Amino acid sequence: MKHLISPLDLSVSELEEVLNLGQEILKNKAKYSDICKGKKLATLFYEPSTRTRLSFEAAMLNLGGKVLGFSSADSSSASKGESVADTIRVISSYADICAMRHPKEGAPTVAAMHSKIPVINAGDGGHNHPTQTLTDLFTIKQLKGRLDNLVIGMCGDLKFGRTVHSLINAMVRYENVRFILVSPNELRIPDYLRQEVLVAGNINFIETNELEKYMPELDILYMTRVQRERFFNEEDYIRLKDSFILDAEKMKYAKEDMYVLHPLPRVNEIAAEVDNDPRAVYFKQAEFGVYVRMALIMTLLGLS
Amino acid sequence: MLNISGLNEGVVIDHIQAGGAMKIYEYLNLEKLDCQVAIIKNARSSKMGKKDIIKIEGPLDIDLNVLGVLDHNITINIIKDNHIADKKTLELPDMVTNIIKCRNPRCITSAEQEIPHRFKLTDRENRIYRCVYCESKFKGN
Repeated sequence: MKHLISPLDLSVSELEEVLNLGQEILKNKAKYSDICKGKKLATLFYEPSTRTRLSFEAAMLNLGGKVLGFSSADSSSASKGESVADTIRVISSYADICAMRHPKEGAPTVAAMHSKIPVINAGDGGHNHPTQTLTDLFTIKQLKGRLDNLVIGMCGDLKFGRTVHSLINAMVRYENVRFILVSPNELRIPDYLRQEVLVAGNINFIETNELEKYMPELDILYMTRVQRERFFNEEDYIRLKDSFILDAEKMKYAKEDMYVLHPLPRVNEIAAEVDNDPRAVYFKQAEFGVYVRMALIMTLLGLS
Repeated sequence: MLNISGLNEGVVIDHIQAGGAMKIYEYLNLEKLDCQVAIIKNARSSKMGKKDIIKIEGPLDIDLNVLGVLDHNITINIIKDNHIADKKTLELPDMVTNIIKCRNPRCITSAEQEIPHRFKLTDRENRIYRCVYCESKFKGN
């Protein structure tokens, strides 16, 4: 039985199959509207995440399946002290597949070790969020038609942003991908990622704090939020949060076929005026997230 | 000069980084042994300046390879009939359970005490282990 705990659990060819299935579903939604009839998805959300949970639930409902679950630790038996291992042992007999979000890193790994049903990691603290990475890859493939030969800009909080780390780890597996990493000095990518992934893999990358300068080169710009909860003091947060705001003026420097992605929620790092630019695809990206989750659920359930 | 008697039969864990002996003592649960155990702290060493040594009397049925995870300089001498019968080099195990603890406060092991602390060797050359749950790095001395 296969689980999806880390974005790298899927090989390049397995990933290709999931992305292709997602594209197939997008083209022919009616064909797949009943394929999970009689199947149940359990959403075990130990911390709130409206977007991810609803995306999973929409995906299962679109496939004709049903959903059950909880959306905070308070409304689960975790509040009584039940372990993740015990919870998944019980849920395994209630549902056919589950998606788990947990504030502690590695909780879905523990679940997978004790589960009789496929476990999908829907985010474990600051560690992994593989279905966001699938969504990002699906969006890039859908809009650019490829995952190789790309210049990818990443902007904002590159230090704590797990979606950034996962996307870099996933994209280095493709040929000729170049990264322009735009952030304040304090929020640059962690050293292990720079040394063990980029330098060790001989990947072409630049670290800078000048977004405008590199805008004309980009095929993709991946914006991220500077999250308040990642800072220990308010002063640092206020000083850095507005450092890298994308506005219509900066978009003038970008190519006609450059796309702006964002894992959402957006705060103020992308000015509202950019939303009407056809190159701003972050809401489309959220929609694509449902199709790629549909493809993933089908794949893990062995349906095609 | 401190004198500690030699061993007829036993194990000498030598070249422990100075100050590290008590940690090794705890990891090996030596307090549970009935036999004589000597801990020598800050012994003079031409190679290391200062080092710790542990001498354990009698045969010892413990996998000492785990010590390589904690301190790769450690050498093991097996003593029989007052002589060094064997010098062991430590092989790093691929997986260790409940030898080292994950110190990441955000790891699930910090919230659920009964979960075993398991680490996987991810880089043999640099002796890097990672927590199987949160992937936090552990590097011994």
